[in-house]
Amino acid sequence: MTLTSTDSQMRLLIIEDDRESADYLVKAFREVGYVADHAGDGEEGLALAEGGDYDVLVIDRMLPKRDGLSVIGALREKGNRTPALILSALGQVDDRIKGLRAGGDDYLPKPYAFAELLARVEVLSRRHGGPAEETSYKVGDLELDRLSHRVTRGDEELTLQPREFRLLEYLMKHAGQVVTRTMLLENVWDYHFDPQTNVIDVHISRLRSKIDKGFERPLLHTIRGAGYMIRDGLK
Amino acid sequence: MTAFGKLIRTTAFRLTLVYLFLFAFFAASLLGYFAWNTRRLINEQITTTVNGEISEISDIYERRGIRLLVGTIENRALRPGANLYLVTTQAGRAIAGNVGSLSPGVMASTGWSETLYRRLDEQDPADHRALVRVTVLSSGLRLLIGRDLEERRRLFGIVASAAQWSVLIVVVLGLGGGIFVARRVLRRIDAMTGTTQRIMAGDLSGRLPVGRSGDELDRLAENLNAMLERIEALMMGLKEVSDNIAHDLKTPLTRLRNRAEEALARSSNESEYRAALERTIEESDGLIRTFNALLMIARAESGQARGNMDNFDAAEIAHDIQELYEPLAEDSGMTLQVKTEPAILHGNRELISQALANLVENAIKYGRPQPSAQPLGAGAGKDIVIEAKRDGDLVLLSVTDRGPGIPEADRKHAIERFVRLEASRSLPGSGLGLSLASAVATLHGGNLTLGDANPGLRATLTIPAVSGEGLAGQTVDVQQKSA
Repeated sequence: MTLTSTDSQMRLLIIEDDRESADYLVKAFREVGYVADHAGDGEEGLALAEGGDYDVLVIDRMLPKRDGLSVIGALREKGNRTPALILSALGQVDDRIKGLRAGGDDYLPKPYAFAELLARVEVLSRRHGGPAEETSYKVGDLELDRLSHRVTRGDEELTLQPREFRLLEYLMKHAGQVVTRTMLLENVWDYHFDPQTNVIDVHISRLRSKIDKGFERPLLHTIRGAGYMIRDGLK
Repeated sequence: MTAFGKLIRTTAFRLTLVYLFLFAFFAASLLGYFAWNTRRLINEQITTTVNGEISEISDIYERRGIRLLVGTIENRALRPGANLYLVTTQAGRAIAGNVGSLSPGVMASTGWSETLYRRLDEQDPADHRALVRVTVLSSGLRLLIGRDLEERRRLFGIVASAAQWSVLIVVVLGLGGGIFVARRVLRRIDAMTGTTQRIMAGDLSGRLPVGRSGDELDRLAENLNAMLERIEALMMGLKEVSDNIAHDLKTPLTRLRNRAEEALARSSNESEYRAALERTIEESDGLIRTFNALLMIARAESGQARGNMDNFDAAEIAHDIQELYEPLAEDSGMTLQVKTEPAILHGNRELISQALANLVENAIKYGRPQPSAQPLGAGAGKDIVIEAKRDGDLVLLSVTDRGPGIPEADRKHAIERFVRLEASRSLPGSGLGLSLASAVATLHGGNLTLGDANPGLRATLTIPAVSGEGLAGQTVDVQQKSA
């Protein structure tokens, strides 16, 4: 598994009017190996997005001159399918739905952790350039067959509950990438709220006991302050 | 404005004036009608009697001659009473009768007329009024027969004075009543105005005086009081919320700041800095969660989420949430079970799920069975049960635990924002779970109730059901059970 952020120079456009947040984002993305450009308003952002060849757009919802949703709308109308992640202070369910309907690919309410944003951007960019959905995933000696719903590690067949299967499927689909708790809750359970307890951690530890317990090399890793990642220990 | 000016400007007083005018007019009209009819009746009576007498006397004269005519007239004229008789020659010389004098020209014309007269046998020098009829007999003699009108005049006098008095009494009573009513109303309105001014000046605890009569002003006062009650509760709520926000956000912010400061002052190596920063991030994540929950509640309470509703089965949500939280409950040494029947409702699926999730999280956090009080079998006491059922027009989504429960007196309080009962202060959480669940229930036209599960707490979301889908839902249920 080699598709981590540092391996390919990914191009990112950040459209954000708050100077300080924008600088912080540009700097943080550059540190993890991205080429990050910045636009301060909707018009400039639209012009840059049309001209540049970006892997992902990070767009603030409320922008001067042209709001974020209309930037995405204008791009989509012209056939530009660059994945777009909407940042918004309006974090509620129907705002998210509005954002996704307007052509956004993901939605992250402010305030957010950079780790969360990074994880989501990586997932988006990979989806953009990456291969179509595969019928099976393989990480190390762990294999998941999406058609037969079989999971094996080495020669051993593992028995997973349906939800555990979907959890593992999502993790393996994004193998080598950090997947946050909210991403799991959204994609595996389809909930967009924020549980006050460590409910996801408990599911992960159950899954971990099934796929890693008794094996020499752990595959499911906890990334502190961010989430989880499944990858072969030997990179 | 003077007190009197205020009084006569009151609606009560103005209404009184209108009624006063109407009643006075009515009384006057009634009496006028009565007088006019009475007069007509008296005149008719006089006419009939006089006509009868004239034809009788003419008849006597025609058949028996002048002697008997004079005799009859003299005879009748002597009777006491109010009748007038006079027979004159063609030239006007009196032959018989009891009339002393008449208005000039009365005897000259024939037919009905009103005249002043004086009786022969009366010493009274005053003239009286009479209604008379003059006829010419066949020989040219003139016969006058009439009736005194004193009776009619007296009756008129009585009616006129009755009219005067009744109008006077109506006016006096009306004005008096009007002033009385207006003053009474004015006094109560003044009291209300005084109270509202005090309330506007900031004393929200003031209430309008409510009388015992239950009249419209009392009802108004009661309603205004209920409104004030609500406003006061809202204001209190707002104040409490801002106090609590200040507390719940400031406390972790202070902690955050202190840690950063301490790390800056004391930390000597990178790993200590790192640990301090990690704690800082954790703390701010908690803050963000609290803030999100607050926004969510505000949004649910303001009804903004109404746009995103559709029909779904509460039983599915119960199963989904059970599936999500079951491992967590198990880790806490409890089991999470689910009991459902089809219960279709119309709502925001996400919000209802979150409300139910909050109740389950609470049950897992606080619903641990008390070691001392466990009357049931060892296994049964550990269960948390999510139940979805239909009860008439309602869908009940409840979470029951076997923990210590919440004392009845604290239950209402527990739903309020940021309230964390003493027993739970040491556990993590924002204190917003129940109030969010309650706000979601309210948004859907229902409510959240906390009850006793003996032992334990039963938190129930009651939400109006969607009717007419019972059959489709039942099929789903069978499938779920067999699955």
